[in-house]
Amino acid sequence: MLTYISIFITAVFVNNIILSQFLGICPFLGVSKKIDSAIGMGAAVTFVMLISTIVTYLLQEYLLTPFNLGYMQTIVFILVIAALVQMLEIILKKVSPTLYQALGVFLPLITTNCTILGVAILVIQKDYSLVESAVYAISTSIGFTLALTIFAGIREQLSLNETPKAMQGIPIALITAGLLAMAFMGFSGVKIC
Amino acid sequence: MNKLKIILNGIITENPTFVLLLGMCPTLGTTSSALNGMSMGLATMFVLMCSNVAISLIKDFIPDKVRIPAFVVVIAAFVTVLQLCMQAYLPELYKSLGLFIPLIVVNCIILGRAEAFAAKNNPFDSLLDGIGIGLGFTLSLTLLGATRELLGTGRIFDITIFPESYGALAFVLAPGAFIALGLLIALFNKLKTR
Repeated sequence: MLTYISIFITAVFVNNIILSQFLGICPFLGVSKKIDSAIGMGAAVTFVMLISTIVTYLLQEYLLTPFNLGYMQTIVFILVIAALVQMLEIILKKVSPTLYQALGVFLPLITTNCTILGVAILVIQKDYSLVESAVYAISTSIGFTLALTIFAGIREQLSLNETPKAMQGIPIALITAGLLAMAFMGFSGVKIC
Repeated sequence: MNKLKIILNGIITENPTFVLLLGMCPTLGTTSSALNGMSMGLATMFVLMCSNVAISLIKDFIPDKVRIPAFVVVIAAFVTVLQLCMQAYLPELYKSLGLFIPLIVVNCIILGRAEAFAAKNNPFDSLLDGIGIGLGFTLSLTLLGATRELLGTGRIFDITIFPESYGALAFVLAPGAFIALGLLIALFNKLKTR
């Protein structure tokens, strides 16, 4: 149990996927103008990441490793993720229209979100078991949602302030993200054995 | 003349990092030193050139509907080639760039250029576009890497400029990446309006 808690704390705070590992910067800068859309994006990522990590993990374990096809990892994973996102979109539309309305717009964007492929490869590199991988995927996406939501909140306030012309938009957002990353660095002392 | 314009377009007018703001993850993640930034830029440039040429060659055979998946497979194939070559010949560099090498697949610059340029132009022009955008990306990553390395450790490409004790370590770590890139883009904007 302690390993799971440790994976959780590390992935959410200490090694936050956005602020210390630099994955998923595109949605971080693109979908962070409003808190509502930040939460929607976070939920969609959580959903896709959990499913895709489990599927790619099983593929690696029962297809790529036994047949010595490790070098096909990148191609297989990206195709599986792209297909999965498409399928999820179709299934969601049929099964739960309300959920589809909430997450629908974000789903196509997720295929090119590097967090999904990144986490799928990371759990293989870290030699996690299936349950550990699932926990890691969920915690990483919670970390993603957390950073995205905090950042969206700050940007909502920021848009009301005056900034120098050259700094408007992305530059000031990046500097804000830098300060946020500095705050998250405070967690780097946290160690759970 | 026109050919030169294609290359310059990638370096200045459509600079992927400072103007188009594409490919932000490797830009921030691998620029802890000028050398790392440059290697990442060159790796991306290799994939971009190969995929641009390949896509431009096969563009007439691919049905429009499966265009994007086909492009992704081509890009993923070249990334795998790059991965295997780097593992064989540059294992240390491969280790220090880590996850960001396989993640070239989802770098939006490459798919973006495939869709916006290679799918509409001949192979030679596509190669030039790959070189131009690749150089633009490499130059910006090297610039950002050099800035961070200088402010963080007082060195550029491991050549000491000022004593290390004056450096602010934060610039080598995560926060510095965001702040340095923000300031560089602001500077770029300022120069552009002039």
